[in-house]
Amino acid sequence: MSKIHVTTTVNGDPVEFLADPRETLLDALRDRLGLTGSKEGCGTGDCGACSVLLDGRLVSSCLVLGVEAEGKRVDTIEGLAEADGTLHPLQRKFLEHAALQCGFCTPGILVASKALLAKNPDPTEEEVRYWLAGNLCRCTGYDKIVRAVIDAAAEMRGAA
Amino acid sequence: MRYHTPQTFEDAARIAAGAAGVTRFLAGGTDVLVQMRSGLVLPDDMIDLKHIPGVRDIARTADGGWRIGVAVSGAELGEHAALKADWPGVVEAMELIGSTQVQGRATLTGNLCNGSPAADSVPGLVAAGAMVTVTGPSGSRDVAVETIPAGPGKTALAPGELISAITLPPRGAHGGDAYLRFIPRTEMDIAVVGCAVNLVLDGDQIASARVALGAVAPTVILVPEAAAAITGTALDAAALEALAGAASAAARPISDKRGTADFRTEVAGVLARRVAEIAYARAKGHAK
Ligand SMILES: Cc1cc2nc3c(=O)[nH]c(=O)nc-3n(C[C@H](O)[C@H](O)[C@H](O)COP(=O)(O)OP(=O)(O)OC[C@H]3O[C@@H](n4cnc5c(N)ncnc54)[C@H](O)[C@@H]3O)c2cc1C
Ligand code: FES
Ligand code: FES
Repeated sequence: MSKIHVTTTVNGDPVEFLADPRETLLDALRDRLGLTGSKEGCGTGDCGACSVLLDGRLVSSCLVLGVEAEGKRVDTIEGLAEADGTLHPLQRKFLEHAALQCGFCTPGILVASKALLAKNPDPTEEEVRYWLAGNLCRCTGYDKIVRAVIDAAAEMRGAA
Repeated sequence: MRYHTPQTFEDAARIAAGAAGVTRFLAGGTDVLVQMRSGLVLPDDMIDLKHIPGVRDIARTADGGWRIGVAVSGAELGEHAALKADWPGVVEAMELIGSTQVQGRATLTGNLCNGSPAADSVPGLVAAGAMVTVTGPSGSRDVAVETIPAGPGKTALAPGELISAITLPPRGAHGGDAYLRFIPRTEMDIAVVGCAVNLVLDGDQIASARVALGAVAPTVILVPEAAAAITGTALDAAALEALAGAASAAARPISDKRGTADFRTEVAGVLARRVAEIAYARAKGHAK
């Protein structure tokens, strides 16, 4: 099976990789580009651990072909903190609220939460829960995650 | 697998017509990639439709209807205020599909062409009287959306044919539509029964109606007897009773892990009443 040359932008940086046409964007990110922050929890769109933004739109990267990234903009968990390592408010609030245990779901939930706050800077608890319904967590029971997102939103509104 | 990015629907049709092995069109990929992952479908040719100009557009037609491109995602549909105001039932059905992440990619056309009897957006399209444009190697034709599903996982499209647009008719005055599904959870589940109702009022009376059911037969079905039960009425108690009876009578469900045939038959009637009341209120301008 011949590989396809893909040129795309990941977290603002131009990148190129060779993709098997059946390979997912998740596999391309992890195995070709070494960006292992996005996780595979299911590979079938059910868990959200592989969440990334594709041209600004929240998607499951396990349900996108790597070759579909050609000419697009991909944003992953690796781009959330600033280049000098300063954590994004969401990341800080997740630590403060202890909103993670094993951490496997956390990258996907952070990326999804960032997309939510970009669209809706002041979400209700119900809105957070519906938005994150496709992000499964086996450990925390979700409460601390929801509180951390709402707290981060408040801080980000204050800072703006 | 060969990955194709045609620039026109005619080219897409030609590639599909000339392909010997397993062929899939790629819209949002939320069915295709899951099927590839499970090994159920391993395409030899994958024809990505998203490079064709206009596939992400939602546009008013000359007669006041809507033309929806085949790559418009559920999220984009939900963000289109004017379309949602005209056809809230069509849009709310699409928005029920999957998670936020799935909404970022899933399309109406993919939902239709995947051929699931439980496809959530299809009853709403059928009730609305949507048309689809079918493009093949020898040209295009417009057909009613309900002629496309042919059984679980099957469509009436011939090899080499694909859908190049979905068209909703003009909403017109005093109309309303709605969709509800029954699922055991509040989100992220497959419909046990789905029902869509679209109606137009003349004063308090229903001048015309279309009722469609999902997940109670091998395909989504249009139920003219259910529409007849409420046409000419003001949706009073007797009309609702007759509607529920007609919907249940039309249901030919199977029993599976999601529900027994008896349960589905009963729920078809219950949902039909509830959905008709929402559509009626919308037509009156009373509810969102
Ligand atoms: C986690 C998850 C939850 C889901 N929840 C629901 C749900 O609640 N309700 C529901 O109904 N579905 C659900 N689905 C299924 C799926 O998301 C929908 O069916 C979706 O609308 C498919 O659209 P797509 O654009 O992703 O299709 P794709 O996967 O791109 O295509 C689906 C099929 O349609 C064909 N096709 C695509 N475009 C065309 C065209 N223009 N002409 C001809 N054939 C075409 C393809 O060849 C393929 O066979 C879910 C899926 C996932 C992963
Ligand atoms: S790995 Fe993509 S949704 Fe679970
Ligand atoms: S912290 Fe373990 S899955 Fe969420």
